[in-house]
Amino acid sequence: MNQAINTAITQIFREEHGRIMSILVNHIHDFSLAEDAIQDALVIALEKWDDDGIPHNPAAWITTVAKRRALDRIRRSSKHETSYEDIEEKLESELKTEFDDETNDMILPDDRLKLMFTCCHPALSMDAQVALTLKIVGGLSTDEIARAFLVNSSTMTRRLTRAKTKIRDAGIPYRIPPAHLLADRFESLLSVIYLIFNEGYCATGGDSLLRTDLCKEAIYLCRILLKVVPQTMEYAEVQGLLALMLLHDSRRLARITDDGELILLKDQDRDLWIATQIKEGIALIEDALQNGNLGAYQIQAAISAVHAEAKTYDETDLVQIAELYSILAKISPSPIVEMNRAVAIGMAYDVSMGLNHLMTLQADLVSYYPYYAALADFLLQTHQREAACDAYEKAITLCHNPAEKQFLQKQLDRTQF
Amino acid sequence: MKYLMMIYSREEERGKISKAEMQVEMQAYGEFYQNVSPNHTIHGGEALQSTSTATTVSIRDGKTIATDGPFAETHEQLGGFYLVDCENLDDAIEVAAQIPGALHGHIEVRPVMAFE
Repeated sequence: MNQAINTAITQIFREEHGRIMSILVNHIHDFSLAEDAIQDALVIALEKWDDDGIPHNPAAWITTVAKRRALDRIRRSSKHETSYEDIEEKLESELKTEFDDETNDMILPDDRLKLMFTCCHPALSMDAQVALTLKIVGGLSTDEIARAFLVNSSTMTRRLTRAKTKIRDAGIPYRIPPAHLLADRFESLLSVIYLIFNEGYCATGGDSLLRTDLCKEAIYLCRILLKVVPQTMEYAEVQGLLALMLLHDSRRLARITDDGELILLKDQDRDLWIATQIKEGIALIEDALQNGNLGAYQIQAAISAVHAEAKTYDETDLVQIAELYSILAKISPSPIVEMNRAVAIGMAYDVSMGLNHLMTLQADLVSYYPYYAALADFLLQTHQREAACDAYEKAITLCHNPAEKQFLQKQLDRTQF
Repeated sequence: MKYLMMIYSREEERGKISKAEMQVEMQAYGEFYQNVSPNHTIHGGEALQSTSTATTVSIRDGKTIATDGPFAETHEQLGGFYLVDCENLDDAIEVAAQIPGALHGHIEVRPVMAFE
């Protein structure tokens, strides 16, 4: 068959997967069945669209065909019992009222917000939330997700199946959470997306070319969220998260040498920063901050934006960054935020001040290697070489990321001589 | 959907509580029932005697085997349960969270299998 058509069809299915799933699951309540139905529709599309051409409204075509296929599957399988009777009836009546495929101008509903909340339900393990969101909403294949998380395909298949089964059997509801649960659930949803991004961001090493670009996927998921989240929900925080990820990702080409070594922000070649992403990120965060619903992602994005706007590191408004960290420490207090605030204070005002503040945090950050790295850097700047070496050694022991470990080792070597 | 809510806690610690604390706890369970039963059918619920009174039974090679003690030695032990009708898992979680045992122990929430 025509390779171009094949690619186009795969692309369409990938892009529309989340939206079509969200509609099917509304009727079917069974994630596995819904996915199988879409797969069936793909097989049919590959046959028909090659001859007939791509339909005017591909998503509507796929949805209708998938509904038919789901009905067929129910009728022919052991699922044809009373528990699926309701679903059968619903599908049958849906299909009766649907237009003819060719003239299908209907605008498909978009229930992806429900889908995202369901995939990120706290009763599912974090691994499962991440995998499910990427598969169901993001439209990635099981293989792609397996590669991204460095597990084999059968492990990932099991993980996904288990999660889908739990949703069905344990009664995880398919809905936008009610008001009293919404804030927590929304925070979870954002943290899953950010987790996916960080998996991609921190991935380094030779095989990273083969791994799915998780940063890109996280950004894509956030764009979907921005599209479907109502203004009454934490719209500004979604903007903030998207801005944060765009700004971090804009530095991707400048962060690592060809040999996989890490380059600190202040030493990066800013010509390699992706200007279009920076522009978009800054526009987003400026819009978000006007809404007045300040949140942690927005502040972090603002901090990143201050860096992005500076032509050189020396021109960076470090005082503003220190102030932003103070705000962040109030909104979203945590030892890590305090650590970053201490570093910002040290860099903006006075290293000793920063160092003293860092020292007070030791108990809370005793197994966090970036803490020791920051400590070492400030100890070195205040001419406490031996203590700095100790701190670098501590950091190296605690660090498991190869590129970061290598970087820390270099710092230690430099400090020792 | 029916959910079984299994109440786990450290028996060792429970053995040490005073009569007054016991009263307070019983009252709390009473309140749980008052608060939840208007909106949820509670099919059953019991406190269990301690695992030192447990016997584990199985049939192997046609013989009945009865051994002393619970099936597994665990850090926390099953001390009671409720069987409750809930709309969905979120609902079940909210009900389970009101069980006094959740404050110091754990409540395992599991859906009951539906057979046609």
